Amino acid sequence: MALLQIAEPGMSTAPHQHRLAVGIDLGTTNSLVSTVRSGLAVVLDDEAGHSLLPSVVRYCSSGEIEVGYAAQAAQNRDPHNAIASVKRFMGRGIADIDDIASLPYRFVDAPGMVQLRTAAGVKSPVEVSAEILKTLRQRAETAMGGELVGAVITVPAYFDDAQRQATKDAAQLAGLNVLRLLNEPTAAAIAYGLDNASEGIYAVYDLGGGTFDISILKLSKGVFEVLATNGDSALGGDDFDQRVFCWIVEQGRFQPLSAGDMRLLLTKARDAKEALTEHTDVRITAVLSTGEMMDATLTQTEFNSMTASLVSKTLAPTRKALRDAGLSVDEVKGVVMVGGSTRMPCIRHAVAGFFKQTPLTNLDPDKVVALGAAMQADVLAGNRAGDDWLLLDVIPLSLGLETMGGLTEKVIPRNTTIPTARAQEFTTFKDGQTAMSVHVLQGERELASDCRSLARFELRGIPPMVAGAARIRVTFQVDADGLLSVAAREQSSGVEASVQVKPSYGLGDDEVTRMLKDAFTYAKDDMYARALNEQIVDAQGLIAATRAALAQDAALLDEAETAAIEAGIADLETRMAGTDHQAIKRGIEALNAVTTEFAQRRMDQNVRRAMAGQKLETFG
Amino acid sequence: MDFTQTHFELFGLPQAYALDRDKLDAAYREMQNTVHPDRFAAQPDAEQRVAMQWATQANEAYQTLKHPVSRGVYLLKLQGIDAFDASNTKMAPAFLMQQMEWREAIDEARAGNSTAALDALSDDLRSAHRRIEAQLADLIDTAHDYAAACEAVRQLRFMDKLIAEVGDVYEELETY
Repeated sequence: MALLQIAEPGMSTAPHQHRLAVGIDLGTTNSLVSTVRSGLAVVLDDEAGHSLLPSVVRYCSSGEIEVGYAAQAAQNRDPHNAIASVKRFMGRGIADIDDIASLPYRFVDAPGMVQLRTAAGVKSPVEVSAEILKTLRQRAETAMGGELVGAVITVPAYFDDAQRQATKDAAQLAGLNVLRLLNEPTAAAIAYGLDNASEGIYAVYDLGGGTFDISILKLSKGVFEVLATNGDSALGGDDFDQRVFCWIVEQGRFQPLSAGDMRLLLTKARDAKEALTEHTDVRITAVLSTGEMMDATLTQTEFNSMTASLVSKTLAPTRKALRDAGLSVDEVKGVVMVGGSTRMPCIRHAVAGFFKQTPLTNLDPDKVVALGAAMQADVLAGNRAGDDWLLLDVIPLSLGLETMGGLTEKVIPRNTTIPTARAQEFTTFKDGQTAMSVHVLQGERELASDCRSLARFELRGIPPMVAGAARIRVTFQVDADGLLSVAAREQSSGVEASVQVKPSYGLGDDEVTRMLKDAFTYAKDDMYARALNEQIVDAQGLIAATRAALAQDAALLDEAETAAIEAGIADLETRMAGTDHQAIKRGIEALNAVTTEFAQRRMDQNVRRAMAGQKLETFG
Repeated sequence: MDFTQTHFELFGLPQAYALDRDKLDAAYREMQNTVHPDRFAAQPDAEQRVAMQWATQANEAYQTLKHPVSRGVYLLKLQGIDAFDASNTKMAPAFLMQQMEWREAIDEARAGNSTAALDALSDDLRSAHRRIEAQLADLIDTAHDYAAACEAVRQLRFMDKLIAEVGDVYEELETY
């Protein structure tokens, strides 16, 4: 992979610098940040020595925002403003949240994504998540002593496009450069696989606070190939708490409950669940604000029976994933347990029974995702040679379009390796039809109304033709983050009309920009300084990379082409001398455009050399 | 990227239905090792875009060649033949009979709540699938009988649907 190094020895453009990059596990219950230090992945602790950051954000009436333990401790006192488990609301509408009645928040119905009314105003789950990410970013920058180049943020493998986009938006809002959205089970597999130098088929069973994923991977010669993934993005430890909570309410005949008491009993329910990991029974006591008392004992047997249906809800997706991978249980060499909820004995027992083997639990299930993410961030930031390992991941749910009669037409089936692109042709059904509406869907169900609606857009300006004569090509592209963009183009009669859609569930780019602006209202100068600084760093990087490419592969260009690239560099350098970050951004775009053909030729050359080596190996 | 290149040429493999799966896998891995966007995450946008195009192309080619039906369809397409041409739906009566028997077997397994019967049926279907694949290799690579190859491809697709149905029944039985 020498060709991919920016600088050859002896002609280096800059001394090798370790670029600060982190992996962030943005969890339902807890979040973590980690990095690679002297070749080893480590979780970064806060000043008090805590590695976990409780994913709780509290908006105080004073305008102050608390994140983590302080916010968690205030939950009973201030249930409306201390928001926990916000990950469950990412990219979700009010109708998607089943247990809304037993949650102490003041929900606001909004198009696309639900919002929350707090002492600091109405907040979207994206903004709440951004507060958690900001806290972790500050923790990392303090610990590492510098600004981050970027972060790998993990998401549940079963997150759909809306949930992924919301997560990326939150990172952007927190001022993080997202190197990659990485699926949590895949991150765990890196941490495990590289530690154990494993080969073969592995299953990763990841039960977190609010999400469940199962991924089946093939590990071979440093390649982690995800064969199939399945799960439930609304199933996790929270649901086990909920069962215990309902049991407590039943036992005490408490009705109705204030928001504060509800929070108190939810906390008691969680404590009881955790105690049952180590003990066969637990005594639950509480005094409500009404003076009512609670004193009851819950046994592990009772707990197991009240949560048995939740456990089996994880096994159905597990079967499906194995079937999609075309494998049987006997072919699975190891099962990796991830997520705090896999500490429950009932889960370990069920998984061991299903796979007929003892699952692997030697890495801390709370930390393994963050550690894997940090290792991948280190690679993506360019701190390693880059040929250590490679991830080939998939999309979890099929992507498609609504067709006549409200049916779903699949364009990209689930478990397709990303990045991927697929095009489908459609036609008009009325004479003289000049517009066509495109409804983008995600899910496995046949009826469009049963799938998640990702985006709707209209293709206008189709030349009037008889029905069935127009040829409308709809192209889906899924990038390496698992994010979809869709384009439609009418291509008969040479007339073109196209539109690019980036499905963003409820949050348009405008809205993200607005929130970014809001966040910096009190620090306008700071915002400009930051934007300028970011553009200059980007421009420097681009110029260095372009010069290195020219030094290495000038032979691929003719004189005029070289001159055009040199001119692009000179123009960008002129812009960098000024203070207009927008002008620098345009200069970067222009230089990127003028080097595209060069990048193509360099890649062609890389591939030719790599595949030539391949042939020698194969025949040798 | 040379868009006139066939998927076989991309991976340096002979254009044939009979496939050395290990060679395909190794070539695909080598290709992705070279072009995958993760290799270019720290590079300028132009290089990242090129990487995404190449990785997309490599995935498409790999998936097409890996699966028995799509590999057959693709090889026939390279001969200018559409295996699923609506005007050509001929199917040997013996295969249709066999297919009805399999369908009945699925219904019986479901009614009898028998995963053992499903296991037996799965084995049956898989070995029949492999048999047709072998025939297809012969028809395309040796006999160059593309009309018969089209029929074999259609049979394979039928079988894939049956195998999927068996999967659905497994799921039904396991749920209750």
